[in-house]
Amino acid sequence: MNDVADDESASDAETEENADANGDTVDALESSDPDEVGPVTWIEQQPLPYPSDALEPYISKETVEQHWGIHQHIHVERLNGMIGGSEWEGMSLGQMMLSSFNEGREAPHPPFFHAAQIWNHDFYWRSMQPGGGSKPSERLLKFIKRDFGSYDGMIQQFMDAALTQFGSGWVWLSYKGSKLPHVNSRSPIPSDNYGRLVISKTPNAINPLVWGHSPLLAIDVWEHAYYLDYEDRRADYVSTFLEKLLSWETVESRLKKAVIRAIERDGHVSRKHVRKQLLAQGKSRIRARPQQANENARGQTSSQEKPLGV
Amino acid sequence: MALRTLASRKALVAAALGGARPLPAARGVATFALPDLTYDYGALEPAISGEIMQLHHQKHHAAYVANYNKALEKLDAAVAKGDASAVVQLQSVIKFNGGGHVNHSIFWKNLKPVSEGGGEPPHEKLGWAIDEDFGSFEALVKKVNAEGAALQGSGWVWLALDKEAKKLRVETTANQDPLVTKGINLVPLLGIDVWEHAYYLQYKNVRPDYLSNIWKVMNWKYAGEVYENATA
Repeated sequence: MNDVADDESASDAETEENADANGDTVDALESSDPDEVGPVTWIEQQPLPYPSDALEPYISKETVEQHWGIHQHIHVERLNGMIGGSEWEGMSLGQMMLSSFNEGREAPHPPFFHAAQIWNHDFYWRSMQPGGGSKPSERLLKFIKRDFGSYDGMIQQFMDAALTQFGSGWVWLSYKGSKLPHVNSRSPIPSDNYGRLVISKTPNAINPLVWGHSPLLAIDVWEHAYYLDYEDRRADYVSTFLEKLLSWETVESRLKKAVIRAIERDGHVSRKHVRKQLLAQGKSRIRARPQQANENARGQTSSQEKPLGV
Repeated sequence: MALRTLASRKALVAAALGGARPLPAARGVATFALPDLTYDYGALEPAISGEIMQLHHQKHHAAYVANYNKALEKLDAAVAKGDASAVVQLQSVIKFNGGGHVNHSIFWKNLKPVSEGGGEPPHEKLGWAIDEDFGSFEALVKKVNAEGAALQGSGWVWLALDKEAKKLRVETTANQDPLVTKGINLVPLLGIDVWEHAYYLQYKNVRPDYLSNIWKVMNWKYAGEVYENATA
């Protein structure tokens, strides 16, 4: 189960590097009176990276203050109220979130909803910047064209995902390491296992970290994210987000880190795989599909040479 | 001549049913229409603002109806062609928009202005059943409010009649899932929309305030009629 541990630590690295120095501190406030049970702050939300009116006229000051100051803050209060004395006490936000997800078996454990929503919102605020929008860099556009056909094709997929998230939830651009749904699984066809950009939608508080993806940007499509400014017009909100608010610089820097982590995590696996292949060929075993074996070796080599193109 | 008369009578009946049933079509798929409210948008104030009522009806519910009709047309074409994967692929958009239409059609009938009896507690058969299955009317309200407030994300909270067990139940459904998805024998008596669009402009994040206020315009008379018909 090396992969699982690696994924978890990769996600921790993700949450750690995303958290500012001030965020994610375990900060127990103690009262001088031993009998008084004061509120303990295990987890805090990250501060807004810009003033609350900085996203106007696209997202109003009122929305930002309501959304960051009240909605997200209530999750912080609830989470802090429920983890004292629990198995999650002392964990970082990311660890809490992944462990309380309960691997999606039945319902997640109670802290998941709050921990994930805190994480998701921190990530959302930092996916935007005042004066954002514009277009991705040439380098990033290469990836986008490869994985979505074109920039407009990607935008179309975003809109489709946002409008078919039937209920509350999020839309994500993420980086994942293989064609299969969960990055822990590796396709037996090595040429499938190249890092790619994907768009996904998640219900309520779920995020693609629980699938082992590396999120690059998040759009909140809970109604509270846009109702004051856009009423029912989710499509207008999402296209405005993509055209005017999204920080492509942040996306690119998150992508770089995700790619480096993937190489560090998977690089040695590829080499082991290649070694196995060469040994097996050397023993001249009979293969069911000799053609595919050659293709595999070639596929591996080329993916080694330019693993992820960044 | 006789056919035309029949068709127009059907149309009248369909209108009288509040549009929950489809309009007849000479050929092709029956389409659904947005039912009218029997009260003005502002008539439920101060419990629910006129602004919310108008958006909720003219935008949200109207969109469910329009998208449901579109999906049904696509379904019809896919069924006719024998395109099984297209049929399966359409299920989620049908469930969402069809469910939205079903749920909201019930919801508008669950509400009534105070001047027309909204908020008056249930009497007779339904009243007694509530006392029997929940202990008291207040206990029922408390339970519905608690479950409605605790629902994560979007959905509905229902007072349901289990026709088979002959008991009342409080149930929740996620997103636009209709009550039947929780049990084929469940009849909706009252449904409360707890999607944020149902209360955000007025109550912001404070869903519990919305829940405690909506009882002031609850149409128990309608719920009682549904109950009596179902238990007759």
